[in-house]
Amino acid sequence: MSKHTLYDTVWDSHRVATLPSGQDQLLIGLHLIHEVTTPQAFAALREKGLTVAFPHRTFATMDHIIPTDTIARPYKDSQAESMAQALEHNVAEYGIPFFGPSSQKQGIVHVVGPELGITQPGMTIACGDSHTSTHGAFGSLAFGIGTTEVQHVLETQSLALSRLKVRRITFDGPLPQGTYAKDVILKIIQTLGVKGGIGYAYEFGGTTFEAMSMEERMTVCNMSIEGGARIGYINPDETTYAYIKGRPYAPSDENWDKAVAYWNSIKSTDQSEYDDVVHFNAADLEPMVTWGITPGQSVSINQSIPTLQDISESDRKTTEDAYAYMKITPGQPIKGLKVNVVFIGSCTNSRISDLREAARILEGKTVQSTVQTIVVPGSQQVKAQAEAEGLDRIFQAAGAQWRNAGCSMCLAMNPDQLIGDQVCASTSNRNFMGRQGSPTGRTLLMSPAMAAAAAITGCVTDVRDMILELGEKS
Amino acid sequence: MTPIITKIVGTAVPIMGNDIDTDRIIPARFLKEITFEQMGEYLFADARFESDGTPKDHPLNTESFKTATIMVVGRNFGCGSSREHAPQSIKRYGIRAIIGESFSEIFAGNCTSIGVPTATASESTIQALQECITAHPTTVITIDLDTREVSAGDRKFPIALPDSRRHSFVTGTWDSAALLLSNLDKVRHTANQLPYITGFNN
Repeated sequence: MSKHTLYDTVWDSHRVATLPSGQDQLLIGLHLIHEVTTPQAFAALREKGLTVAFPHRTFATMDHIIPTDTIARPYKDSQAESMAQALEHNVAEYGIPFFGPSSQKQGIVHVVGPELGITQPGMTIACGDSHTSTHGAFGSLAFGIGTTEVQHVLETQSLALSRLKVRRITFDGPLPQGTYAKDVILKIIQTLGVKGGIGYAYEFGGTTFEAMSMEERMTVCNMSIEGGARIGYINPDETTYAYIKGRPYAPSDENWDKAVAYWNSIKSTDQSEYDDVVHFNAADLEPMVTWGITPGQSVSINQSIPTLQDISESDRKTTEDAYAYMKITPGQPIKGLKVNVVFIGSCTNSRISDLREAARILEGKTVQSTVQTIVVPGSQQVKAQAEAEGLDRIFQAAGAQWRNAGCSMCLAMNPDQLIGDQVCASTSNRNFMGRQGSPTGRTLLMSPAMAAAAAITGCVTDVRDMILELGEKS
Repeated sequence: MTPIITKIVGTAVPIMGNDIDTDRIIPARFLKEITFEQMGEYLFADARFESDGTPKDHPLNTESFKTATIMVVGRNFGCGSSREHAPQSIKRYGIRAIIGESFSEIFAGNCTSIGVPTATASESTIQALQECITAHPTTVITIDLDTREVSAGDRKFPIALPDSRRHSFVTGTWDSAALLLSNLDKVRHTANQLPYITGFNN
C-alpha cells in the first residue's frame, strides 16, 4: 500500500469516518456540476425533502449540450433547452454559483474551474464527468462520479469511497520538437493499456512533467481515465502557484503565503512509497495518432496499423472490431489516411496554448476545401483571449470555423456531429464507436498541431515537417 | 435500508468482447432526457439497431436471451464516460447483476449505488460461462455473494467482489445516502479543519 504520497495525505485529511462496509466517507471539498448528469440528482433531492448541504462548495456551468454556432435562446433542440432550463432552475433554487453564457465565464467545466482559480492543490474534487481527473494537474484528488453520487454530494458534501493504489509514472527529458502533452499521455495509455489503471491513481512525475505548463499538465491528467485510472495528479510546484495567483477565486494576497505553505505540505516526498512505478523516456516520443476504437489503439506517425500478429490473443476481438469499424487494413501506414473533418477543442485540448499551437501551424495556410475544420474554444474567456491575440482571424483566414465555447464534437450532444462514416482528426479524448455523433463516424485522436496539419493536407500528416518549414522561413 | 441482495438467480446473456465503453452501452444522444425513466429502451441502441431501426445481429435481439437477468461480459466493461445512464439502462432493461473479467471503477461504483452487483471472474471462467449460455441459453445461473460463487447448471466457479461492495449488498446498505447523511456533523467538523475551506484564515 502506498504511504506518504500526496494521494495519502489528501485522502487522510478529507476522511470523515470509516463506514461499516470498510469504505471511507470522504469529504468532497469542491463539487462541479453541469447540465447533463445532474437533473435526476436534484429531482431526487427534492423528492426526499432534502436540501444542498454546502451550496457554496458547488459550482455550475453549462457545456455538454450548448450549441457553438449561436447562444440565442431558446435552443433549437427542445431537449437541450429543457436541460438548460432545469440547470438554471436548480442553481437558482439552491443558491449555487453558476457560470452561464451571460456571465462571460461559461465553458467546459474542466476549463472553467482552473481558469477561475476555483481548482486548487490539496482539494478533493468530484463532478459527474469522467474527465474531472483534469483537475489533478493542480495536485488535487479529482475524479468523475455518477448521478446518484452527485446526489450524495449535494446532500452531504461527501461520498462513500474505497482507497485506490498509487502508481508513479515518471517521464524524463525534454519533449522532442513536434510532440506535446497529448502525445505523452497517448504513449502512456498505449503502453499500460486502457485497463492498466483500474484500481489506481496515477501520480505523474519527472522532468518532462516538471517542465510542462499547467495547461499541458491538464491535458495529461485529463486522459488518465482513458488509461483506466479514475485519478491522475501532479504534485504542485512554482508553476502551479504562478498559474493560480491572481485568479478570481485564488487565495487573497494576505493569505497567499499560508496557502503556498499548505500546498507545499501535501506533496509527495522522497519518503513516499508507491504500489507501482513505471518509467518513460521522452527522447523516444513521436507524434501519436489513434487508429482504432479505444484510446490505447495508437501508433506513432511513421508506424503502420498493427497486424493481428502484433496483438495479444485477449486483444484480438477488439482489434478485429476496430479494423472493421474503422474500415482500415492491418499493416497500412497511418500517415496519409484521409480525413473529412478536423475538430480542435474539448476538455483535453481547447485552452489558449492549444489554440496558439494550432494557429501557428495554420497561419498563412488554407485548409483543404473538402475538410470541415471547426475550432471550439474551451471557455468564453479562452475565446476572448484568442480573439485578443488574433487567433480567430488566423483560423478564419485559413478556412476554419471559429465557434463558441462548449464540449461540441467531443461527444456531439449538441448539433456538432459527424455525418455517416466521416473520418475526424480530433483533439478530443475518445475514439469510441459512435462517439462523435454518428453511429458509423470514425475518430483519430491527436494533438492540436497534428490536427491542424491534417486540416491543411486533408490527411494524417507528420506535423514535424511543417514545423521544420516554419523554422526555415523565420 | 435498501433491499438485501445475496443471491441472483436467472438466465444470462453473453456480451462478447473487451473494452465495451459506456458510449456503446448508451449513446450520448439519449442523455438529453432529464429523467432515467426511458433508459431501458436505449440499451446498446447502436449496437442493436441500424439507423432505420432494422435489428442487427446482437445477443439482446436474440429471442432466447430476451428474458435474461444476468449479463456476462469481458474485460474493462463500462470504461469511458461516467454517465450513470449506462447502468441505469442495464438495470431498467431488466438486468440484475453483471459478471465480467473486470469493470471500470466509475461504472462499478455507479452499478453498486443502484443495487446492481458487478462480480469479477477469471478470463477462463468468463469464457466457460459465455460458451455455456451461448450453447444453452436456458441454463440457470446463480450468483451467490455469500459463498462468492457462480453456478451454471451443475458447474461452479469462484467470483470476486471487493469486501466493501459485498458487505453493502448483503447488508442492504448499497445506497449509502442515509449513512452519509447521519454523519453530517462529522462532515462539517472535517470541513472546518481544511485550510482551503476556512479561507486560509486560521
